[in-house]
Amino acid sequence: MADHLLEVRNLSVEFHTAAGVVHAVRDISYYLDRGETLAILGESGSGKSVSSSAIMNLIDMPPGRISSGQILLDGIDLMTMSPQARREVNGRRIAMIFQDPLSHLNPVYTVGWQIREALTTHGSSTAEAASEALRLLRRVGIPDPEPSMGKYPHEFSGGQRQRVMIAMALALRPDLLIADEPTTALDVTVQAEVLALLKELQRETGMAVLIITHDLGVVSEIADRVVVMEKGELVEAGTVREVYKNPRHPYTRKLIAAAPGKGEMHQPDAAGAPVLSVGDVRKSYGGFEALKGVSFDLMAGETMAIVGESGSGKSTLARVLLRLDEPDAGSALWKGRDLFQLSPADLYKLRRDLQMVFQDPTQSLNPRMTVFQLVSEAWVIHPGIVPKAKWRERVAELLIQVGLQPDHMPRYPHQFSGGQRQRIAIARALALEPQLIICDEAVSALDVSVQAQVIALLDKLRREMGIAFIFIAHDLPVVRDFADHVMVMQKGKVVEQGTVREIFGSPRQEYTRALLAAGLDPDPDVQAANRAARLARAS
Amino acid sequence: MTIPSTETVIPHEPHFVVRMGRMLWADKFALCAAIFLVVVLVIAIIGPTWLGELATKQNLRGRNLPPFDWERGWVWWMGADALGRPLFARIIVATQNTLMVAAGAVVLSAVIGTVLGLVAGFSSPRINQVIMRLADVIMSFPSLLIAVIVLYVLGSSILNLILVLSITRIPVYLRTTRAEVLEIRERMFVQAARVMGASNKRIVFRHILPVVLPTLTTLATLDFAYVMLAESALSFLGIGIQPPEITWGLMISQGRQYLTNAWWLSLWPGLAIILTTLSLNLLSNWLRIALDPVQRWRLEMKGRKNG
Amino acid sequence: MLSFIRKRAIASLISLVGLIVMVFFLSRLTGDPAALFLPVEASAEMKEQFREIHGLNDPLMVQFGRYVGDILTGDLGQSLRKARPALDVVLEAFVWTLWLAVITMTLVTVAAIVVGSLAAFRSGGFFDRFSSMVSLIGASVPDFWLAIVAIVVFSIQLAWLPTSGTGSIHHWILPISVLFVRPFGIIVQVVRGSMISALSSAYVKTARAKGVKSGPIIFIHALRNAMLPVITVIGDQAASLLNGAVIIETIFGFPGVGKLMIDSILQRDFNVVLAAILVTAVAIFLMNLLIDLTYALLDPRIRH
Repeated sequence: MADHLLEVRNLSVEFHTAAGVVHAVRDISYYLDRGETLAILGESGSGKSVSSSAIMNLIDMPPGRISSGQILLDGIDLMTMSPQARREVNGRRIAMIFQDPLSHLNPVYTVGWQIREALTTHGSSTAEAASEALRLLRRVGIPDPEPSMGKYPHEFSGGQRQRVMIAMALALRPDLLIADEPTTALDVTVQAEVLALLKELQRETGMAVLIITHDLGVVSEIADRVVVMEKGELVEAGTVREVYKNPRHPYTRKLIAAAPGKGEMHQPDAAGAPVLSVGDVRKSYGGFEALKGVSFDLMAGETMAIVGESGSGKSTLARVLLRLDEPDAGSALWKGRDLFQLSPADLYKLRRDLQMVFQDPTQSLNPRMTVFQLVSEAWVIHPGIVPKAKWRERVAELLIQVGLQPDHMPRYPHQFSGGQRQRIAIARALALEPQLIICDEAVSALDVSVQAQVIALLDKLRREMGIAFIFIAHDLPVVRDFADHVMVMQKGKVVEQGTVREIFGSPRQEYTRALLAAGLDPDPDVQAANRAARLARAS
Repeated sequence: MTIPSTETVIPHEPHFVVRMGRMLWADKFALCAAIFLVVVLVIAIIGPTWLGELATKQNLRGRNLPPFDWERGWVWWMGADALGRPLFARIIVATQNTLMVAAGAVVLSAVIGTVLGLVAGFSSPRINQVIMRLADVIMSFPSLLIAVIVLYVLGSSILNLILVLSITRIPVYLRTTRAEVLEIRERMFVQAARVMGASNKRIVFRHILPVVLPTLTTLATLDFAYVMLAESALSFLGIGIQPPEITWGLMISQGRQYLTNAWWLSLWPGLAIILTTLSLNLLSNWLRIALDPVQRWRLEMKGRKNG
Repeated sequence: MLSFIRKRAIASLISLVGLIVMVFFLSRLTGDPAALFLPVEASAEMKEQFREIHGLNDPLMVQFGRYVGDILTGDLGQSLRKARPALDVVLEAFVWTLWLAVITMTLVTVAAIVVGSLAAFRSGGFFDRFSSMVSLIGASVPDFWLAIVAIVVFSIQLAWLPTSGTGSIHHWILPISVLFVRPFGIIVQVVRGSMISALSSAYVKTARAKGVKSGPIIFIHALRNAMLPVITVIGDQAASLLNGAVIIETIFGFPGVGKLMIDSILQRDFNVVLAAILVTAVAIFLMNLLIDLTYALLDPRIRH
């Protein structure tokens, strides 16, 4: 029994909320050995982070309560320890890194100070801590480690901040590292680097890693074993290969099936005149050039995907096309008229044709308006599309069209799930009967299974209504299933353009190849092959 | 192909008034404060017509009558002032002026400040700068000193008092509104409205103002207490409300010269001010939570537990 | 850091100029200074003479130019009653007010931070509820009322402390105690609220995961972040102490700038009143600048 480094036994945690008692996790058990990596896989609301918070004693009680179970570290129950002893475990034997390192690092202290604190808290002398902190920063690959010690978290990039977090967590060579969605907010290439670093450090120190993620790709890249969680319950456990090849639980099967990037790729018709023709668009903010001359054509009823990492200028492009920001130069011919030259009155009329769906539906829907108000607002702004007497009828139609029900009309956005909210946002965009919809990361905030549904919905609208899409995403597999054409952007420039088959089948540019290679495949065998290929190329 | 509709149980949402009522019930302090304020409000409305005559009639035999004389009518329970006028009645009558000045100043400053804040948050950087510098100037004005001079020069009347007090409070609303507008106008739902072609007017009144309003309500409640204290201070100095009009602040001032032998002259109006300000503060604290969708659950949970 | 200071200093300077302009027009447009600052029974001749001496017959712009010139050379005119430069009279009084404000705010700040932080750490506990109630009441009490109650109790009934004046350390106790109450009540509430959100922040979670003790978590990790909104309120309260001590100074016969102001108004000492407003305003400006600097010192993100 005591051979396992960590064993969670029959753990149940509940939270007392306004809606009553929520059972965040119910009777879950798992174990972890030295040198091993276990992944906890689950979507939002599955309770995948709760058990790790319990291990670290980070659950606020109240409103939380651990109603049963044991957490054994080398056979000793953490929950029966004194607070003093428990605190000694944190940082020294078990360390943790989080998603969103910017908010998890104290903004008003230097990173050097924060790493040193991890050491001095557990008894190192100040001088020791200083030299050790420097060594750690160097080890995790922060450029210019010495001056970096005196810098503040906001002065680093996202990937570097996660490296700082890792340096801080590994300061005392813990036996166990818990990583809660460590790469979720990062670009794919940076994600690959951070995961590689974690693996390297694991080999060096022999620590065990518990990684919490929603991403099958991350699991197949880094984990040895996986447990799958759904709605607070542990539904499946096994080695990564076993679970991927032979999922037993229907939920696991659904998750694996929903992973994007496996469908048939589109083959666009070659003929036709462009409905939107963008030429040499430029835009700077202050001294920063966000767009350095971007040109592309979009055919009617087709989908153009724009992919790129953060800072590539893809979102700026969307904002400029919709005149949310004014471009510095360039043209965008929509059916022969230049969008950038339109007077406010003409622009107002043209708004009907061009609509947008935003990344996070929680934020893009006014929380104080009902679904009916949200959808019908379009007709208040543009009178004449639908007579007022028919508004209810038309809203009902639109709701059905996007997979909601007419009786959702009097509800408020916060009463819906993330996927449902994005459907409301799509219904709102459809209310104006547009010919082009720009989707800015429209599915990236959604769970994988929901993502697939929303993509299917968009694809249906394109086929049935002939709407053209500009689909902005950082996630290549999603693009692969949905786009006709793909445009790859980097640092404000277009790197490569082509049909989806060209880009995914035979990428010409090094950057595109790097992007594709950095993507993680949910199949552990495929991923292992990819990794080997990448290593071979690197050496 | 049909799109599978994701069905989840959508919680039933009670009406706004019911919901606020329940949350008020959950916080007993705020409940008491609200009841007290309603009583004060009623008194303010009916006070002068009800007891006006009694409160001004001099009665030299009852000069500085001590409180707790249960033999006489209830208006005498708090004692009488130097001219033999019943204190209880005078406090009740003074409620109207006290609240009117505070309410006038709060409404005026809140409206002007909010409008300027909306303009500042929505206009060119230059206009924005001008408005903000103006707010800075007002903020660093020694406001009480200025009030003293202005009232001295213009003469004191209820209207002047309201004007002076409201000018000094405008920056509070201006800064809050502007800061919120700058943040909210970058939110996605405002961007979404712009993509649909919504006019600035529509964006301000339909999308931004409703989000700012709860903050402003909370602020105004707190400010009501502040303005009340400021008015009492000015009246206490003798440059606020002038006799025969009365406010609580003036009553404290009138009692000051009898401190050694008739302490109750100043004590009761002081308590009236404290209780009202305290209630406003309590209510404002409650509003801050009740109107915040993120924190609301605290009250809703408590309400459930209490039954 | 330097560019931040420069930016703030320039912004403050612009506001200061605006203030000087406003003081001038306020003093000229609200009525004839001669009528206001001479006794009611003054003859027409005397009024004319008064206007002549103070150049009130010149065009407004000429007067304004002279006024600005005088300010730049530090000449704010003579006190009409004391036959001394008005600025000297005001500065002498201002030192008293400044001391009163500095001592009170130091005590308030320290006390409020300690009480507010501890209340936030065990929010909902007995200490939290007790301090919440105390601070709420403190924030609701009119200071002039508290002052006269304190005089009745401590000076008249118990005869422990003097009623008014200056001289010994005992004279400071009542004014400071009375001035302490309201800012303390207000700042405790802000500290508590700000600390509660800082303590539930992600970086505190990280510190707990590192095994940091409760003491450093509260006073090193959370407090410095929580101080940012608190600093603003401390600034507001200090400003209102600088100009709002009028009443307390009057009641306790404390020779500060507030009392000087009231006396000068009653004595119709025109130049002293203007000088007092100007000096107080400049002081508040400098203090706001100090607040901005503290902000930048506490938060590296503002510096960049």
